[in-house]
Amino acid sequence: MKKKKLLALALATLMAGSVFAGCGSDSAAGGDGGKTIRATFGTEPETLDPGKATGVPEATYLGEMFEGLTTLDENGQPVAAAAEKWDVSADGLTYTFHLRDSKWSNGDPVTAKDFEFAWKRLLSQDLASEYAYMLYPVKGAEAYNKNGGSADQVGVKALDDKTLEVKLEHPTAYFLALCAHQSAFPVNEKIVSGDKEWATKTDEIVGNGPFKMQEWEHNSKITVVKNDQYWDKDNVKADKVEMPLIDNMSTAVSMFDNGELDFVYNPPAADTERLEKEGKLRQDKNDGTYFYEFNTKAAPFDNPKVRKAFALALNREEIIKNVMHGRNTPAYGWVPKGIEDTAAGKDFQEVSGDLFKEDVAEAKKLLAEAGYPDGQGLPPVTLLYNTNEDHKAIAEAVQEMWKKNLGVNVELQNQEWKVYLQTRKTGQQQIARAGWVGDYLDPMTFMDYLLSTGTNNYGKYSNPQYDALVKQAQQSNDPQVRMKAMHDAEKIAMEDMGVLPVYFYTTAIAQNPKLKGVEDPGNSVFNFKSAHFE
Amino acid sequence: MLEYIIKRILNAGVVLLVVITLTFCLMHAIPGGPFTTEKNLPPQVMANIEARYKLNDPLPKQYADYLVNMAHGDLGPSFKYQGRSVNDIIKESFPVSFHLGLDSIFLAILIGIPAGVFAALKRNKWQDRVINFCTTLGVAVPSFVLAALFIEVFALKLGLLPAAMWNGWKSQILPALALAGMPMAFITRLTRSSMLDVLGQDYIKTAKAKGLSAMTVLWKHALPNSLIPVVTYIGPMAAGILTGSFVIETIFAIPGLGRYFVTSIYNRDYTVILGVTIFYSALIIFMNMLVDLVYPLLDPRIKLGKKEN
Amino acid sequence: MAELAKIDFEPLVRSAEHIQAENGEAALGYWQDAWIRLKRDKVAMLGLGTIIFLLIVAIFGPMLSSVSYADQTLAAANQGPSAAHWFGTDNLGRDLFIRVLYGARISLSIGIVASLLNFLIGVTYGGIAGFMGGRVDRIMMNIVDVLYSIPVLLYVILLMVVLKPGLTNIFIALGIGYWLQMARIVRGQILSMKEQEFVLAARTIGASRRRILIKHLIPNAIGAIVVTLSLCIPDAIFTEAFLSFIGLGVSAPMASWGVLASEGVTSLKAYPFQLFFPAIAISVTMLAFNFLSDGLRDVLDPKMRR
Repeated sequence: MKKKKLLALALATLMAGSVFAGCGSDSAAGGDGGKTIRATFGTEPETLDPGKATGVPEATYLGEMFEGLTTLDENGQPVAAAAEKWDVSADGLTYTFHLRDSKWSNGDPVTAKDFEFAWKRLLSQDLASEYAYMLYPVKGAEAYNKNGGSADQVGVKALDDKTLEVKLEHPTAYFLALCAHQSAFPVNEKIVSGDKEWATKTDEIVGNGPFKMQEWEHNSKITVVKNDQYWDKDNVKADKVEMPLIDNMSTAVSMFDNGELDFVYNPPAADTERLEKEGKLRQDKNDGTYFYEFNTKAAPFDNPKVRKAFALALNREEIIKNVMHGRNTPAYGWVPKGIEDTAAGKDFQEVSGDLFKEDVAEAKKLLAEAGYPDGQGLPPVTLLYNTNEDHKAIAEAVQEMWKKNLGVNVELQNQEWKVYLQTRKTGQQQIARAGWVGDYLDPMTFMDYLLSTGTNNYGKYSNPQYDALVKQAQQSNDPQVRMKAMHDAEKIAMEDMGVLPVYFYTTAIAQNPKLKGVEDPGNSVFNFKSAHFE
Repeated sequence: MLEYIIKRILNAGVVLLVVITLTFCLMHAIPGGPFTTEKNLPPQVMANIEARYKLNDPLPKQYADYLVNMAHGDLGPSFKYQGRSVNDIIKESFPVSFHLGLDSIFLAILIGIPAGVFAALKRNKWQDRVINFCTTLGVAVPSFVLAALFIEVFALKLGLLPAAMWNGWKSQILPALALAGMPMAFITRLTRSSMLDVLGQDYIKTAKAKGLSAMTVLWKHALPNSLIPVVTYIGPMAAGILTGSFVIETIFAIPGLGRYFVTSIYNRDYTVILGVTIFYSALIIFMNMLVDLVYPLLDPRIKLGKKEN
Repeated sequence: MAELAKIDFEPLVRSAEHIQAENGEAALGYWQDAWIRLKRDKVAMLGLGTIIFLLIVAIFGPMLSSVSYADQTLAAANQGPSAAHWFGTDNLGRDLFIRVLYGARISLSIGIVASLLNFLIGVTYGGIAGFMGGRVDRIMMNIVDVLYSIPVLLYVILLMVVLKPGLTNIFIALGIGYWLQMARIVRGQILSMKEQEFVLAARTIGASRRRILIKHLIPNAIGAIVVTLSLCIPDAIFTEAFLSFIGLGVSAPMASWGVLASEGVTSLKAYPFQLFFPAIAISVTMLAFNFLSDGLRDVLDPKMRR
């Protein structure tokens, strides 16, 4: 009797609970004739102001709603977009862009003035943008951004509504690629100068891209719909792209498996093999290198022989195959795959080839030559990584390899992201995990990283020869000269083993096999313009 | 009574101020700031950014400014989510966490207390053992595992419920259950234990001897008295659950407040750190005050604010 | 009431030796008696046996194995349970059985230290607050509210910067915020009990406040104390996993049960056994602690002694 009552009570509770929970509305997701694409790129964007956005997912969101003078094609090469064509002066210092007739999503015409306004805004101290340096090649830009003064000194000018003239500080071979970056996107002057908080308001996020903003539910979903004012709207196939904002990628994959998503950027490594078997995994090249940074100013890693010994004693293939579940590709050089050597007309990394070879015997020999036979006499070494499951697994595998192959016992230490950054920036690391993803698709974004004056060179690698070669490449506009100098510089950096490359990034995506046409220029900024279901 | 409540409220103000001060000091003591990124910005640019957000003011000034703004109800702008204010963030996300939290607390209390009473009545019989076993699992299996298992079974294998997102009542069931597991187990065990205490006391025996029915004795006399530890537990637990769980909100992609307690610290989003901490702290203080006010109702022998002498 | 009766017939004025002798004897009697009755509780003994077994395995188990928790065979990664690897292998081809054995050392010590902290700090603090009442209580509870409110992650990051990683840090972090719940629960219990007859009786015969608190109030609150103690253990175990993940705890490749379980969750779909075994280890430990705590509660609670 009592038992029955209790059961009844429990049932009543459950029912009451569900009635109570039933206050919300029920709306089924997606699935209207295959015209809605549901894709996730991860977490809530920091901002949708092209002048302030810094993250990778932000770049995708913005790329759907805005378009620069150029855009990157599937090979990462700049092609005409908001600009129909352009002229470059013989000295490579003046670019004249001719804009096509196009409109903002609210019907206003897109003018050269909008570009001039957007670029000067990006560089202004008032906006305080973190990505302002992207436009530093423009004449007077760096000075204006750093020291303030008049915006007139910046070398960008609307000659008329459809013509934009840009003067550069020095020849910049990759300038057209920079024009495709979100920081160089135009903004609608009327709206942006009217409301400082325009980028948080759905109806004021007015763009010139293939899609326009419909709804932004914070931490939940961004929805964009086809922009019928877009100049190339006939080639936009999807009606709607829904982008749930999800922090936890395991959750995203569960939703994908449950048919609630068509596209998941960066699913967890553990799901790789399964997705591959089901034919739902896509791997794109990505212009990034995962490496270990040595503190080259402190013993024992001030000695190139020690650095080299550590680099040669790894087995990168095994790390990729077993720890990364086949993702990414082993790195035997500094510049990653996916960046074109414009002189040779093929991939820069392919031209470089492998710049060193793994060799345990050689590694041991080098370590002995450096005065540490079998690791004896080596001071205690700590490998630092930031808190993350994948970094941890790789570090554990590497630790074991150094122990087995060199007889060196390395301690592991992980730190919360900003603590880790502080440790690196203040030079307190011995070996630290690091990664660099190019700002633009040119080897220079990797070359200037390792300059002795490089602002991100926290391992303080320096070699005057290397610096001279990179400088030579920077000052030239001739592809032959630039590429040769950069290949030579890369060889020197790897001969010194200024940093220890582990792998070149690839981007993994779980994708509905029926979804086609999602383009990736090789920097994980996805273009949904021609995305559709088959 | 009124005097006691007024005293408590004044007191709450002091506690809040201490919390704000300590949190302010702690967050500025840890390395990194809101604009520390992997890419090193030129020093002039960094200085310019910091000036724009008044981060270059001396800390005491920042602290004083913050207090003044807070007194006007303005918790400041978020550094990470540009253009959004902390007030907006709390206004948007708290209702979601509150809704989910209420579901969970409801579940936890309405199942936990009867289960605990039942277990006490069946002390050391098989029913008690079964409940003990279930509650042990409820505590030993943390919410993130429970959540992952729920998604795997109910969303993927059985296809009954959506895997994640905050989208109608169906999507609330799994997170509410996962969130309720631990408190439900805790409440059950505490109820059982203190019920046993109370059942052994003289006044219960007296009541029984007076010929009151077993049920009356149980519900009218024994239960209220035995709820003291349960109510003590529910106070801060409710404050925690109503402001959202980072783990559950992340796993189920729920746009609640809970995630900000963790992400704001990772982002060094100073204003959000302070905002959510103050909010949570106020709720904690309020709940604990409520608990203290409920004590005399449950056990008339308790006299509030009385000093031992 | 048996205890009260005994006190009632004691002389009101006692010499120091007298008290000492009486205390010593009473303590011995109390614990001895408890132990005798605990031994009769089969379920509680099963719990105790399991805990002792786990401790022995945790301390001596790893010594018997030639394989270490760090030994990798990358080629044998993610293998299911087999004769060679009882619990299977993890993503780096390490033997999960061995890792669970080593993990027991960390997780059990976390559980024990957390219980001690709870008991020593939480019970004392809550007891004093509840017993003293008035302003003392208010100030002490204010401190608890403050500690509740300050984000754990903030001081954890600060600790990480100040100290070297290790188990001690975890203990410090637990020590700051881990006894608050216990303190509040004990205080609530004491508040409700201190007006009861047996306390008044003890007071009438001139028992000191300390004696009333330790001898009468806390033993009567033992039910809630023991339950809270045992329920807080898994929380501590998972807090350790979280802290280790952030970088405060033991460094990889050493891993506790909590860390193993969190890693297992990430590969739940592909290799469910990687979650299953550490989760089972935690659950079995918890069951054992709960069985024991139920038994302890029965024998330690004065009201249950009739």
